[in-house]
Amino acid sequence: MNSRIAHVAFNTFREAVRDRVLYNLIAFAVLLSGAAILVGQISIDIERLVVVNLGLTAVTLFGVVIAIFIGIGLVSKEIEKRTLYTVLSRPVRRWEFVVGKFLGLTGTLLVNTFFMGVAVFLALWYVAHHLERGDLSITAALYFIVLQFLIVCALALLFSSFSSPLLSAVFTFALFVIGSLSEDLRGFAAATKGIAGAVASIVAYLVPNFSAMNVVNQVAHGETVAGQLILYNTLYALLYSTMAISGAVLIFQRRNLK
Amino acid sequence: MKSSRLSLVASVMLLLSLVGTVATLRTLDGLRRDATLKEVLYIHSPKALKRMSLGYSGLVADLYWTRAVQYFGSRHIAQASDFHLLSPLLEITTALDPKLTVAYQFGSNFLAPAPPNGAGEPDKAVSLVEHGIQNNPDNWKLYYALGFIYYMDLKDYRKAGEAFQRGADVPKAHPFLRLLAAQMAQHAGEYRMSRMLWTATYETTTQEQIRRNAVDHLRALRVDEDVTQLEKLVATYRERTGRLPLTFGDLVRAGLIGGVPADPTGQPYKLMPDGRIEVRYPDTLLYITKGTPAGYMPPRPKADPADSGKK
Repeated sequence: MNSRIAHVAFNTFREAVRDRVLYNLIAFAVLLSGAAILVGQISIDIERLVVVNLGLTAVTLFGVVIAIFIGIGLVSKEIEKRTLYTVLSRPVRRWEFVVGKFLGLTGTLLVNTFFMGVAVFLALWYVAHHLERGDLSITAALYFIVLQFLIVCALALLFSSFSSPLLSAVFTFALFVIGSLSEDLRGFAAATKGIAGAVASIVAYLVPNFSAMNVVNQVAHGETVAGQLILYNTLYALLYSTMAISGAVLIFQRRNLK
Repeated sequence: MKSSRLSLVASVMLLLSLVGTVATLRTLDGLRRDATLKEVLYIHSPKALKRMSLGYSGLVADLYWTRAVQYFGSRHIAQASDFHLLSPLLEITTALDPKLTVAYQFGSNFLAPAPPNGAGEPDKAVSLVEHGIQNNPDNWKLYYALGFIYYMDLKDYRKAGEAFQRGADVPKAHPFLRLLAAQMAQHAGEYRMSRMLWTATYETTTQEQIRRNAVDHLRALRVDEDVTQLEKLVATYRERTGRLPLTFGDLVRAGLIGGVPADPTGQPYKLMPDGRIEVRYPDTLLYITKGTPAGYMPPRPKADPADSGKK
């Protein structure tokens, strides 16, 4: 990797840690251990289900919130603090800055998700007293969550390259919600005819597809995740992130920073 | 890298990745056919869903109803015989919004007819409509839907009559319900009764697709009735002459018919050498049960779920 990109990425990661972003891990640990203990006492035979469902949902939501709120500030905060001018006055190109920021943020989320994933497995081990081979599919679910973060980070960065932080947060969150229902959206588009159908199809293919990356229910019920799904979801997340980052680079390249 | 060259590279990457995402999504959709529906049914407790909808249960019900229509439509187009997700989807929809009367009306009609026109679950359709009547006792259309299922799918004419009578007693009910109940009590012939039901459907709906469907059924009924009648006349001719008629002209000359009979599309019927009557173009007459060549397979339904199975 280009060393300048690596520097920007590392500094972004360091800044996120300094901003106490990883403190969310404490809240996550409390939530998960609390749920594991509580559900075990008040319900019958759904402890595993609750831990997996709650754990993976919490990993997603915590991560998405972090991705959005850090992602939207990546550019604007640098402009506000005027640190961007210092960075760009060095031999760091604008596209390197954008790509570095993206990699730094996804790195932060990767570390965050790793610890949360470990916590999910610990909670699972606590309630079930053992781990099964089938629990490996939880790793696939966690991997899909990371793929979702890639897309959310890229979108947050894209919006923050031309919009205010508040609007960027709204746009990114809205796309996350729409993307979570994107399979329905494509189904509706397929059932609509004429111009409305064509417009609906374009929109349905433009919004991110998070539906296929949400296998929380599936793994909670002990079902395996198909290898083909892993392959195509990976490909999709990489392509979509590339698309959003390319857009961010194009916009940021033309932006007047004076 | 120069700014213009960088813009070009970024633009190309953007376009290529856009094309790539669309292609990948299409593959993913192929891999995950029905996956969304299966997933939504992991939570099949309407009570839990109602709580999770944070008070927006009406909106969630609309979403589930749309999913039910899409599920039925896609299975119907594929001429599938398995519609096992339909009933739970309809149950969830109507539990989330018990006032969503379209879900009872059309949902029951998706459930009742035999595959591929429906799920072949008339008993579940009856339960669904009864649930609808419980929640919407003043909606005469639900009693009509109930009577329709009893008559068309369960062939339980007594219960069909009772359903029409219950509907007729509802304030502001359409007058034809009383007529239907009376006809049912008089044991009107099957064709006549079916014609009345589909005529009533045609006259009371504002939906163009449903009107079209009613017209198709009325045409089919006429063909079935014509073919039955004409084959009876052929038998009469054979009794009289000891041989089968060669053409319709033989029947005209024998004074049994006035001219060459035609189907509702205006095409003359065909008199087959074995005395059977066939329509000339069976694909243009949906739902006909008589007058088709041996081994005839009806055409695949149109790719519009709203066109199918509706009354």
